[in-house]
Amino acid sequence: MTRLVTSREAILALAILILLAVIATRFPGFVAPANLARVLTDTAPLILLALGQMVVIVTKCIDLSVAANLALCGMVAALMNGAGLPLPLILLAVIGLGAALGAVNGLLVWRLGIPSIVVTLGTMTIYRGTIFLLTGGAWINAHQMSDAFKAFPRAVVAGLPVMAWIALAAVAAMALLLTRTPLGRAFYAVGGNPHAAVYTGISVGRTQFLAFVLAGALAGLTGYLWVARYAVAYVDIAGGFELDVVAACVIGGIAIAGGSGSVAGAVMGALFLGIIKNALPVVGISPFWQMAISGSAILVAIAFNAASRRDPGRIILKRAEHRT
Amino acid sequence: MTTANPATTGRQIPDRLGSPAARALKSWEALLLVTAIAIFILNSLASPYFLDPWNLSDATFNFTEKAMIAFAMAMLIVAGEIDLSVGAIIALASTVMGVAMAAGAPTPVLVLLGLGTGLACGAFNGLLVARFGLPSIVVTIGTMSLFRGISYIVLGDGAFTGYPPAFAWFGQGYVVWVITVELVIFALAALAFGILLHRTNFGRMVYAIGNNATAARFSGIRVDRVRFILFLLTGLMSGIAAICLTSRLGSTRPSIASGFELEVVTIVVLGGVSILGGSGTIPGVVLAAFVMGLVTFGLGLLNVPGIVMSIIVGALLIAVIALPRLWRMARGA
Repeated sequence: MTRLVTSREAILALAILILLAVIATRFPGFVAPANLARVLTDTAPLILLALGQMVVIVTKCIDLSVAANLALCGMVAALMNGAGLPLPLILLAVIGLGAALGAVNGLLVWRLGIPSIVVTLGTMTIYRGTIFLLTGGAWINAHQMSDAFKAFPRAVVAGLPVMAWIALAAVAAMALLLTRTPLGRAFYAVGGNPHAAVYTGISVGRTQFLAFVLAGALAGLTGYLWVARYAVAYVDIAGGFELDVVAACVIGGIAIAGGSGSVAGAVMGALFLGIIKNALPVVGISPFWQMAISGSAILVAIAFNAASRRDPGRIILKRAEHRT
Repeated sequence: MTTANPATTGRQIPDRLGSPAARALKSWEALLLVTAIAIFILNSLASPYFLDPWNLSDATFNFTEKAMIAFAMAMLIVAGEIDLSVGAIIALASTVMGVAMAAGAPTPVLVLLGLGTGLACGAFNGLLVARFGLPSIVVTIGTMSLFRGISYIVLGDGAFTGYPPAFAWFGQGYVVWVITVELVIFALAALAFGILLHRTNFGRMVYAIGNNATAARFSGIRVDRVRFILFLLTGLMSGIAAICLTSRLGSTRPSIASGFELEVVTIVVLGGVSILGGSGTIPGVVLAAFVMGLVTFGLGLLNVPGIVMSIIVGALLIAVIALPRLWRMARGA
């Protein structure tokens, strides 16, 4: 029971509830179910990317190229739609392309042993630049997209738009993957102790590669959803979004050193940022405050994580030292 | 953020070292020098305008501001840390100078404020990393949002313009003939950081910490203090770069210097500094800055758009690390 109360997830859930309560005291309309559903839909891209990023971070890596991957896949989706291809094919193509872009990151990390931050700083600019090469910098606007293409993420099923349902389905699938499959355990093993993982027969590089592929596939899918929902595609969509994604993970208590973190944490980290983003205009604060607020939230979250987690191995050693 | 595969880590130590001359020839710095000369020749063949001294002088603006920060960043990365907030520090320092300028502050005050803001931001990063023991990569991702976020709060979608004419000297002035003020600052910074890293006890401490922080601590090095000073230096150099960039552009927008952190890290890595810490030299970083500047300027002369250049920079960043590893793998197999 005490473990439940002091867990990061519980504290974060409490923080979100307090945040909502404070907003509700002045703007009760914000916590109306219809508006909360809107906030969830609006936060769906962040949730989807945070799920992928979380797995990558758990394996001791980081993927800064997810936003560029999203933008490239979104542009490809818009171009395919312009060529008259059917929606199911487009969906398969963006997920496949996203996974392939993630695989490029993963292969460079796995086969060449290049630190993931360097790889993804590089591929971030390469992927985004590729959009320019594809289009020459042109925009694809709403009138150039078919109605079916634009309508799919907004279609309401059982009270929620498809976009929100996709995010919820991804959350459920990821929770199952991480807690109920050998691959899920492998992600944690690789991040928790790479040397021990090798001795238990887990390939560290291959597991990290799979994490990148997973993050890439989610980014590709989100690329289509993003472009279809906002009905515009250009080089700079979701610019800087990778920082929001990392922020969501850090706020959600995913340890940047790898090995620990939960789906619930990542989702709540994303929701926390999403609620702030949606509440700012309601409360009457300029949206220009958002960047500084999310920066502060990251710093508070890492300070909090560091304070609540002490390396248990070291504590035992120190006790042993004192005893002698 | 080390992702080393345990199966492949462990440093290879050769049985005997080659002669110093042979090693110098095979060094990363020699390779960079050859690359720089080759690009220089290619550029002069590709465009008849390249060899004009005024054009070459303009070309230095492509790298001087970034390279100033790269020297400090190189020491930080050698010590096993990283600072991704340098672009945001420039934005905040530039905004502070803009606010003071709007209030009628004279040029010396603007310069002091720029330097002070840089130092304060560096101290903030250093405090969080060294004092509270937080990982530098997330700390600086956080402060990157925070510092630039403050600029956005102050400026919104507006801009500061109308800096005093005397202030323009830093980014637009010439010392003699085609030698710009920025180029002189760059050269002085290269000299200062070269001496600091390669000729002082402090420099040896930086290498020691980067190779093994625990061993460094046991040998009596105040690891946290060295780390704090390195963040302070990076903040200071970002402040200087902010003065130069603001003076050169003559305006401040909150999006100023966005993406600088990527290019600075690329220069450092291209200069042969190991991203895992523990090795690298300042002359390498100087040469890498020239290579980057020549590549981007040459491509600019050929009318290659900026975003295509950024693809090349990104590919360069990966290639310079990947190629030696591929080479080693091919020889090992």
